[in-house]
Amino acid sequence: MVQYTNTHLDASFAALADVTRRGVLEHLGRTEASITDLAEKFNMTLTGMKKHVGVLERAGLVITKKVGRVRTCKVGPERLEEATAWLEKYRELWAARFDELDKVIEDLKKVRPRP
Amino acid sequence: MNNQTTVERKSDRELVVTRTFDAPARIVFEAWTQPELFKQWWAVKSMGMSLRSCELDVRTGGGYRLVFNNGMAFFGKYIEVTPPSRLVWTNEEGGEGGPITTVTFEEKGGKTLLVMHELYPSKEALDAAGTGAAEGMGELFGQLDELLVALERRTSN
Repeated sequence: MVQYTNTHLDASFAALADVTRRGVLEHLGRTEASITDLAEKFNMTLTGMKKHVGVLERAGLVITKKVGRVRTCKVGPERLEEATAWLEKYRELWAARFDELDKVIEDLKKVRPRP
Repeated sequence: MNNQTTVERKSDRELVVTRTFDAPARIVFEAWTQPELFKQWWAVKSMGMSLRSCELDVRTGGGYRLVFNNGMAFFGKYIEVTPPSRLVWTNEEGGEGGPITTVTFEEKGGKTLLVMHELYPSKEALDAAGTGAAEGMGELFGQLDELLVALERRTSN
């Protein structure tokens, strides 16, 4: 089983644990939107949507910009696939190395009894 | 079941890999410092890797050089060697700004907690390494894909 302890990824996954936030991210993947637009689209109060956007923003998945009185949201620089892809590949590489290392160690234990 | 390997991006500049081994530290340390043992696990056969050469001069100030069969090389020098608990080395294949790798072996109840810590000079360097690593792995899988395509062509002809 794959298990990350990466704090950054944890924030991303926590952000994506919620169905509304996944919907928001998907929507922003197609177009930029204001918090008001998003609140309307997802049938939520402005306050509720602000909270969701805040979580996505802290995870780096969404960035917001305030122009006048309107806060516009768009997909953030933290492209989830990229972030997970290389760290996961790196983890897979070391996990594979360490599984091989286990075998080397098992052999060594046989020829190097405790002094 | 194998012990869990975890990877954590501790900060903008640090990457930490941890793993527990069911053996005392002196044995795990030996597998990291004897070239003939090191090459058995570092180049993962199941991932299609094999080493052309593996030179480890494990002493403070000593150098190391690992060359894969495809010519890709990894090299640097040992900054600190403290058996059986600590190894520190530089990674110089990428030129200036390579990370410093620190591996600690902490023995507890006959088992060893291994922590590999990589410190990059900047966030950009770590991000670039990530991209490079992903590309490197991609290249490896790409070679495998080519091989599979070639095999498939041969069998369908």
